[in-house]
Amino acid sequence: MPSKKKDSAPKSAEAAAAAVPEEPQRTRLAVRKTYKLYVGGAFPRSESGRTYVVADSKGNFVANAAQASRKDARDAVLAARAAFGKWSGATAYNRGQVVYRVAEMLESRRDEFVSLEVPAAEVDAAVDRLVWYAGWTDKIAQVLGGANPVAGPYFNLSSPEPSGIVAIVAPRKPTLLGLVSVIAPVIATGNTCIVISDAPRVAITLAEVLATSDLPGGVVNILTGSAAEIGPWLASHADVNGVDLTGLADAKLAVTLEQAAAETLKRVRRPAAALDWSGDPGLVPMTAFLETKTVWHPKGL
Amino acid sequence: MSAFEYAPAPESRSIVNLQSSYGLFIDGEFVDGDDRRKTISPATEEVLAEVTWAGTADVDRAVKAARRAYTKVWGPMPGAERAKYLFRIARIIAERSRELAVLESLNNGKPIKESRDVDVPLASAHFFYYAGWADKLPYAGFGADPRPLGVAGQVIPWNFPLLMLAWKIAPALAAGNTVVLKPAETTPLTALLFAEICQQADLPPGVVNIVTGAGETGAAIVNHPDVDKVAFTGSTEVGRIIARAVAGTSKKVTLELGGKAANIVFEDAAIDQAVEGIVNGIFFNQGHVCCAGSRLLVQESVADQLLESLKRRMATLRVGDPLDKNTDIGAINSAEQLSRIKTLADVGEGEGADRWSPPCQLPDRGFWFAPTIFTGVSQAHRIAREEIFGPVLSVLTFRTPAEAVEKANNTPYGLSAGIWTEKGSRILAIADQLRAGVVWANTFNKFDPTSPFGGYKESGYGREGGRHGLEAYLAQ
Repeated sequence: MPSKKKDSAPKSAEAAAAAVPEEPQRTRLAVRKTYKLYVGGAFPRSESGRTYVVADSKGNFVANAAQASRKDARDAVLAARAAFGKWSGATAYNRGQVVYRVAEMLESRRDEFVSLEVPAAEVDAAVDRLVWYAGWTDKIAQVLGGANPVAGPYFNLSSPEPSGIVAIVAPRKPTLLGLVSVIAPVIATGNTCIVISDAPRVAITLAEVLATSDLPGGVVNILTGSAAEIGPWLASHADVNGVDLTGLADAKLAVTLEQAAAETLKRVRRPAAALDWSGDPGLVPMTAFLETKTVWHPKGL
Repeated sequence: MSAFEYAPAPESRSIVNLQSSYGLFIDGEFVDGDDRRKTISPATEEVLAEVTWAGTADVDRAVKAARRAYTKVWGPMPGAERAKYLFRIARIIAERSRELAVLESLNNGKPIKESRDVDVPLASAHFFYYAGWADKLPYAGFGADPRPLGVAGQVIPWNFPLLMLAWKIAPALAAGNTVVLKPAETTPLTALLFAEICQQADLPPGVVNIVTGAGETGAAIVNHPDVDKVAFTGSTEVGRIIARAVAGTSKKVTLELGGKAANIVFEDAAIDQAVEGIVNGIFFNQGHVCCAGSRLLVQESVADQLLESLKRRMATLRVGDPLDKNTDIGAINSAEQLSRIKTLADVGEGEGADRWSPPCQLPDRGFWFAPTIFTGVSQAHRIAREEIFGPVLSVLTFRTPAEAVEKANNTPYGLSAGIWTEKGSRILAIADQLRAGVVWANTFNKFDPTSPFGGYKESGYGREGGRHGLEAYLAQ
């Protein structure tokens, strides 16, 4: 009977499926990521061999992250200094393209950051912030610099230039937007930096974004671990020119780091109480690590 | 060629009315203090007057007066009115310029032609420039409604006493702050005359307070809890102490510190012009200039020729009475500074550099040091690394532009630099690579109120002059 046949067709298919020998129930074992440091464009382990346990918000073990040491901090300074000449000497247009490329790469890893418990809206805001700074690279000099009408026959021009190497303590929250908000202004203006983060999964995943964005190695170096341990070495390092403590919640440590920075007259951004990371950053994140260079030349026939 | 013989041409001192003793200028009045010290002329060691060294309690009174003036008068005053006070001050400085110049040369030891033609006119121009900003702050690029910080504590050095006062007070007042300023221990007199100028201008009491004294007075200002802003010009050593002292506070700080500027002469430079620039770079103001071109980097191929010209030119420099209008190099500001210069010059010799000075007769009394150059200096020598702050030039050579840049930047300082070449593209390429806040190309030691000045690295942070100079005195 046609109708019976019709009815039985799916049944016979099920039966056929059931006839296949049953595979044992098995979920695929995931390939975990090793969270290492990001120094000079490479992902080395800590020279000290130390790691620390990272858990997710439910307390489940997720990784043994590299715990950076004093030696790693010094290596990072070397890498940042080596990268400074080329990066600060790159055209502003080129830096803008690279920072925009970072935004593109971050956008494409949106799901990965969401899986690391970063709210989707925060990932979007971080991407948008990078785009904002990408546009600043070739505008900040015109906004901050210019010709000075001196009282004499002289050409006189002031231009902003990067301070050099900036050591940054990344804010704990918001993890991704905070991290991007402290790195982007510093590199957009031609500085190179060393970031201390104690959110290894987000920080090192961002490092992967940076590493695939045509950003030269050493422009951004990320050390995961304790700001209290590594911070003083960077704040007192004679080849570091600036210290950004905006994201540092530990007020006592901030004072220690500012005091250490005084030894070589580093530019210091102090911790910001109740900073709204999602608001308009204004110019200060950029101007904090910019110098003004003024060039004079006589005019004459 | 030796110097022409000129008859003495001393500027008259009679224009200056020195009092035997000066109090502190607090809340619009001169008030007496307990601790009186003599201030002298470094050219003769003659006592000029007694001044008061302010203690912690005096500084506290000055800060309170400044706070009151800020809250009640100067803060609420419309910018256009503040501007008019500053214009008045600019005018009075110009009106009393001869008096200020003579007093500056007396107390500091600098040649009258410098105080008359550089320090005092620039001080007046600085007030005139910032006066115009007082009612235009929303257009300065620091937000639509930029606010002053409050009370500014300012500590200035002895090398340009009145000019440094102008660099500090003019932008602070234009932005709506009130100030407590300490002139240097050895050069208090033009600041005290400036206090009189504030009175003549009818500046409201407490807007400007002048407290004289030494390091402890300065520390009392920097550490006072009711000071919102610290501005300091002086040594890198003291700059470090200040930076450490304000750590963890909300005080905003600007520091203009030491330097060890490279003055780079390429083989295609106009040698005679370069020689003038080198002389101006290191012997202007006895070399008591933080941006002095104290390291001469000369391309090897022209080194002999250039040094010969330089020595010939140095032999014509007149060292002597600061009040003589023909004097090129005046007195070293203090016995202490003279001893530091002597020590470092001796170290230079000890380390093997060749020392040369033109024959020159120094006065018997006072503090004097002949213009000196060291050749055969290596980068490791202390005279190539440390700021001497005197008329002492260290000469190094280079072969390639890259070597020049590397040597120029091989210092923790980064205040200024000079470039001498006739090739425009080279000027711009080298200027890009020098890590210094001011780069003078085919000129040196030029200053202007509209032109921002300040250092990279351990030469400090913040800029003075121009639109940039307002940033230090505005909340952002």
